Amino acid sequence: MEISRNWRLQKQRYGLVGEVCDHCGNKIFPPRDLCPHCAEEARTLYQFSGKGEIYSFTTVYDAPQGYEEQAPYTVALVKLEEGPLVTAQLTDVDNGKVSIGQPVEMVTRKLREDGERGVLLYGYKFRPQMS
Amino acid sequence: MQTWFACVRSKGQTHRFAPTKGTMRDVYILGLGQTEVGEHWETSLRHLALVAIEAALKDGGAGANGHSPRPEAIFVSNMLAGQLSGQEHLGALIADFCGLRGIEAATVEAAGASGGMAFRQAYLAVASGLMDTALAIGVEKVTDKVGPGVTSAASSATDSDWEAMQGVTPTASAALLMRRYMHEHHLDVPHFAGFSINAHTNATTNPHAMYHNTITAEAFAKAPMVADPVNMFDTAPDADGAAAMVLVGADALPRLGLTPSHLLIRVAGSAVATDALAVHDRPDPLFFRAAQLSASKALAQAGINVNEVNVFELHDAFTVFTALSLEALGLAERGLGWRLAADGGISLKGRAPISTFGGLKARGNPGGATGMYQIVETALQLRGQAGANQIENATWGLAQCLGSAGATAVTHILQRSRSTDFRNRALRA
Repeated sequence: MEISRNWRLQKQRYGLVGEVCDHCGNKIFPPRDLCPHCAEEARTLYQFSGKGEIYSFTTVYDAPQGYEEQAPYTVALVKLEEGPLVTAQLTDVDNGKVSIGQPVEMVTRKLREDGERGVLLYGYKFRPQMS
Repeated sequence: MQTWFACVRSKGQTHRFAPTKGTMRDVYILGLGQTEVGEHWETSLRHLALVAIEAALKDGGAGANGHSPRPEAIFVSNMLAGQLSGQEHLGALIADFCGLRGIEAATVEAAGASGGMAFRQAYLAVASGLMDTALAIGVEKVTDKVGPGVTSAASSATDSDWEAMQGVTPTASAALLMRRYMHEHHLDVPHFAGFSINAHTNATTNPHAMYHNTITAEAFAKAPMVADPVNMFDTAPDADGAAAMVLVGADALPRLGLTPSHLLIRVAGSAVATDALAVHDRPDPLFFRAAQLSASKALAQAGINVNEVNVFELHDAFTVFTALSLEALGLAERGLGWRLAADGGISLKGRAPISTFGGLKARGNPGGATGMYQIVETALQLRGQAGANQIENATWGLAQCLGSAGATAVTHILQRSRSTDFRNRALRA
């Protein structure tokens, strides 16, 4: 995977930075510059809290290239407290031992690796809320 | 921009679509052909395409000069050849390899909806009057690669930056939807068994199907998980295969000297719709909005409602997809799509027969060719050539294929027309 492609997305991947629509107020993640709710421009950056709850989840046994070492792993749709759904792996959990509605929070973890000499790619995952 | 989003966002409202505009002419399926779906270790991508194209041209019959009419263009549907076979540029490759060097040809890609999309391009070309005949061919060759590389390739149909990057696969996408569907509607895995049981039962008498075994509810309940709650008997197998069809304009038949021996099937409706590619970008992930939009548009063009359709081929890559498709089509209320499988409503004798030749689940899922197989099978039903799988007196058929988890939906409505009807039309034209 090309370095530039991942470098370009660092704010979103490491910091969960999205956008807020100045017209309808909806929070947007990932950023897309055009509000999917009202179709107006939305370019104001917005820092998400990283807190949310599990909307759905699954455990992947048949992993794609670059993810084999992590398998089996749990992937979820997380409903962020600001509104958007985000797709993310869950970490610090026993596979499958989570439930819909469970509070989770964002952490930064290794997402994938491209072979022995390739780039290690980091980004957001979610874990059960500590408090 | 406002208008476009307004269309996308108006959830739950009734959509009105204008019927076919302008001077589009009627289009008929003249010939069709398909290979067996399965693991064709001995056959290359181009050879699979050749087998299907030869069969379709032969099935279309010879004209006055003793030869099949030469199509004016080829629309190839394929999803993964670039990644699995290192081969793009299939238009020129297949046109040349099939003895049609020189004609217009191009590839059409819309993930799992590629087949329906290539058929639509051929339909548009003929309906517009620019061409008298066009050929649509779907071909997929998944066994050129094995292992995690195949999973990676298939995952490229999801949102690469925001889904696949988290290790999401197409199966995982389906599993996320199925888990939420089960949660909201208080269901368990065994509630979905009826879809796979029906598909396997119908495949036993389809010579082109990958599987010819039946499965039981007990086996479904105990099948090993692929991405829970999606198990081995819930998901359709990726496979090799090719299917092709020759389309012809209503007024072109006498000019081409053709007198078909079989019934001609009219393409009565054709429509495409899209949704957000990433499942998390949809305001209501458990509603297949593109499926609903494309179906209602195609039905409106055909001038019928969904209850008049006698036979359906839906995108049963996963059981939850079928449930959501039935709900999108209005054949079941939300949360009740699974019940049509449980009570036999989808069987050959049910009120909404689906997967009548085994569907993706048991006929097999040859990626970019799948949508083409669905239309071939629907046409065979309407011609009365479905053998043991025949739906009696089938007049209207609906074939719908989906790209990834419903981000693209292509719907076609087919109508049986007696050859005398056709000749009358041709004479009037």
